[in-house]
Amino acid sequence: MPIDKIFKDDASEEKGERARMASFIGAMAVADLVKSTLGPKGMDKILQSTGRGHSVTVTNDGATILKSLHIDNPAAKVLVDISKVQDDEVGDGTTSVVVLAGELLREAEKLVTSKIHPMTIIAGYRMAAECAREALLKRVMDNKENAEKFRSDLMKIAMTTLCSKILSQDKEHFAEMAVDAIFRLKGSTNLESIQIIKKPGGSLRDSFLDEGFILDKKIGIGQPKRIENAKILVANTAMDTDKVKIYGARVRVDSMTKVAEIEGAEKEKMKDKVNKILAHGINCFVNRQLIYNFPEELFADAGVLAIEHADFEGIERLGLVTGGEIASTFDNPESVKLGHCKLIEEIMIGEDKLIHFSGVAMGQACSIVLRGASHHVLDEAERSLHDALCVLSQTVNDSRVLLGGGWPEMVMAKEVDELARKTAGKKSHAIEAFSRALVAIPTTIADNAGLDSAELVAQLRAKHHNEGCNAGIDVISGAVGDMEERGIYEAFKVKQAVLLSATEAAEMILRVDEIITCAPRRREDRM
Amino acid sequence: MALAFDEFGRPFIILREQDQKTRLRGIDAQKANIAAGKAVARILRSSLGPKGMDKMLQGPDGDVTITNDGATILEQMDVDNQIAKLMVELSRSQDYEIGDGTTGVVVMAGALLEQAERQLDRGIHPIRIAEGYEMASRVAVEHLERISQKFEFDVNNYEPLVQTCMTTLSSKIVNRCKRSLAEIAVKAVLAVADLERRDVNLDLIKVEGKVGGNLEDTELIYGILVDKDMSHPQMPKQIEDAHIAILTCPFEPPKPKTKHKVDIDTVEKFETLRKQEQQYFDEMVQKCKDVGATLVICQWGFDDEANHLLMHRNLPAVRWVGGVELELIAIATGGRIVPRFQELTPEKLGKAGMVREKSFGTTKERMLYIEHCANSKAVTIFIRGGSNKMMIEETKRSIHDALCVARNLIRNKSIVYGGGAAEIACSLAVDAAADKYPGVEQYAIRAFAEALDSVPMALAENSGLQPIETLSAVKSQQLKENIPFYGIDCNDVGTNDMREQNVFETLIGKQQQILLATQVVKMILKIDDVISNSEY
Repeated sequence: MPIDKIFKDDASEEKGERARMASFIGAMAVADLVKSTLGPKGMDKILQSTGRGHSVTVTNDGATILKSLHIDNPAAKVLVDISKVQDDEVGDGTTSVVVLAGELLREAEKLVTSKIHPMTIIAGYRMAAECAREALLKRVMDNKENAEKFRSDLMKIAMTTLCSKILSQDKEHFAEMAVDAIFRLKGSTNLESIQIIKKPGGSLRDSFLDEGFILDKKIGIGQPKRIENAKILVANTAMDTDKVKIYGARVRVDSMTKVAEIEGAEKEKMKDKVNKILAHGINCFVNRQLIYNFPEELFADAGVLAIEHADFEGIERLGLVTGGEIASTFDNPESVKLGHCKLIEEIMIGEDKLIHFSGVAMGQACSIVLRGASHHVLDEAERSLHDALCVLSQTVNDSRVLLGGGWPEMVMAKEVDELARKTAGKKSHAIEAFSRALVAIPTTIADNAGLDSAELVAQLRAKHHNEGCNAGIDVISGAVGDMEERGIYEAFKVKQAVLLSATEAAEMILRVDEIITCAPRRREDRM
Repeated sequence: MALAFDEFGRPFIILREQDQKTRLRGIDAQKANIAAGKAVARILRSSLGPKGMDKMLQGPDGDVTITNDGATILEQMDVDNQIAKLMVELSRSQDYEIGDGTTGVVVMAGALLEQAERQLDRGIHPIRIAEGYEMASRVAVEHLERISQKFEFDVNNYEPLVQTCMTTLSSKIVNRCKRSLAEIAVKAVLAVADLERRDVNLDLIKVEGKVGGNLEDTELIYGILVDKDMSHPQMPKQIEDAHIAILTCPFEPPKPKTKHKVDIDTVEKFETLRKQEQQYFDEMVQKCKDVGATLVICQWGFDDEANHLLMHRNLPAVRWVGGVELELIAIATGGRIVPRFQELTPEKLGKAGMVREKSFGTTKERMLYIEHCANSKAVTIFIRGGSNKMMIEETKRSIHDALCVARNLIRNKSIVYGGGAAEIACSLAVDAAADKYPGVEQYAIRAFAEALDSVPMALAENSGLQPIETLSAVKSQQLKENIPFYGIDCNDVGTNDMREQNVFETLIGKQQQILLATQVVKMILKIDDVISNSEY
């Protein structure tokens, strides 16, 4: 007798071969989608959102592209997820990780069709990934001791990261900026303290790193526009009407005079507060919340610069830069730490006025001002710079570096190939496949640059047969070149994350032999 | 649907809206139910064992889960069929009771149903089959008791526990680092276990996960991990020898619960209220300071002013900490949860050797470690790694299974050998016992023995071995040498002796599997009428 259906309506079930097919195809489709953005000559994608305004994004950042896609295939979602994690964890290599996972699955598919069990493939992949990691570890360079060399390593890494992005024209300029910014963080990975201000107009080359701090706010009317040797109080307090917070309190009066009295008392209270603030002996007051006209006027009278409505991050950064503490009560002026800076002035960038704090006491935070032709360019520039900053901040903590340009992949592939030759049993097929998948990355880089990938990769492979070779693909000259000479470096941490995440994701998808899709949740009909 | 007619040819209406319902009766009902049960079991069958495959499940909101944990698969499957729901319940109760073997129990029930179908075809009455199964399960459970072994461990020698946890983990995706994860699980359980009473409260073990990093970075923290950061960005990030005040009252002016209104009608009143308000904050902070607290953990939020006062008086604070975490912190640090500032006393403070904030990755994510606690009865397993959140979820589930196994062993030290060895031994025992029962039940008992074989069979199948060949070889080996330790060699190690391979399972887990599966099958067999609304 026929089996009653077990699942709810609309739910579907894919089994065995079909399930595997569905996940392979889904994952490979996603990988192919971002494949063409890989490498220095990778192309960009235009993304148009379906939301209001149909806003357009132009990018070649893998994570950004994948994040914006609405994907239904569950295996594809796994790949989107690894790309996102890569972005959160190391910031760069978001495309590579997806491409590598896709290639691993493509190779796995071939093996499955030649009747090798997925578990055997997984076992092989694991061995291969371990071996590849060892190979990388053997060849890493660490220049932590030598500050000068370390800095030049960082420069090279930043340039390598940036060269695949829109900033490639001015990569030296931006790399310099990024490295300077990172050195200011002094080992912290909190990129929040690097503020990126985007102002359309000018050209990308006009972007600069400010050694001080820039706040995207205006100075109140009638207040000094320029303060030297500023003492800054950074505050987070209500400067509108200071409400009585005791629960249930309300004002109830029976005559107009009383209203006036209370109003007067309120004003008095505000005035008190302002006086207390002034008692700190400051000449600049920055508040996170609004400052109403009345207190603003009081500040203006006292010749104090009052800046309202700085957002929370702005306040935090300002606290970091000037070394002041964020205050909310003002009763003990002597013990509140004030921030200091040499000069506060209003500057113009493009059409906008900004407040510039220079000569700050502690340089832990900084601002980067990006200029560019349009919002799209600026957005993309910010993403690129963010990638570079992420990689650099991670490299500062883990200073091991590798060469770039397909060099690490070739090194790994060689070691993995050797392992395959030594391994007995069916696993060796999987290990071989792993090495093929690794080679696919330099192949893609070459293809994207319009080069003869088959020729170049074969040359590379031959060169890498010699121990200690530094050959990689030099996309600019279109030939195989010495990566150390060209100064193409990559961070070890990024490469390792790419390798491990991609293998893990491939393994996860390979292990699946059944896909059960639940019925989509019904949206209630809104009238 | 069968209808009854009265003498005038009118149908009797027995059920409401009778013609809209479908009804299956007698043997048809049993067959249909068995088919549904088998269908569920078939889905899980390929997930059994160390070489079992995973299932990918897409939830109603498009979220993806990848797992091979039986209970999770069934729970997320969103089944509609009544019998299938019974199977889901079955797996869940195994999960609650034992925590491991959730796949095995469903496969076992499926096999029992399949055998029952054959007996039904022979014309044996379902109740007789159920009775036979009941007898057989008793024989099997007794036999398990007989072949089980006590194994000795104590706090210093926990190697056997690690071995057992490794068996559990080897079927999961995390088997790459099963050794280290098993050690973590065992250490965690031992840390919170009450060895005197042989009890473990798993609530004291918190499992936290964060994507990124490596699986190897997973660590056991003798303390608590809170996914929060200090309330003020400039508070110290590290506190040694912390005295912790655990508060469930907000740093805000009190809100009396009775309805009231404070009317402000004169300037004086306005002034007094204002003063009072300031005093409140001041008193609160002073109170904490007075009792000697160096860290405040609060369930609620703080007012901006209170926040600054705390910071100003050099009293770090954490806000919006969830109730469960708060309780754990209280247990770990030996502090008391204080609901009112007035009740704060030095004795009620919790103590921790080290509290520190740690940041991860490139995003601004921080976590608070509370370590070296006064009373380290609460621990946290912090899972790192995994390229994505599905991996973290799966690791969490795997760790949970391992924890459960370790707990079961502390409760009951008996183990049986895994890899299908226990099932094969039971099958032999049940088969031998069958001849002693006169009556029709004998057939049912034999069927039960055959059903027991299906677990090792599935194991062999999933490992890419010839199922029938392998099973019969192992079976004859067990019988010949009369040693119940031979099982299926899933990992291709080259020996069938599960003692050498160190594959153990807990005795209560196995017994529970057999009992639960038998119970559900009995229940399904007893149904002879299914009435359901066909369309609605």
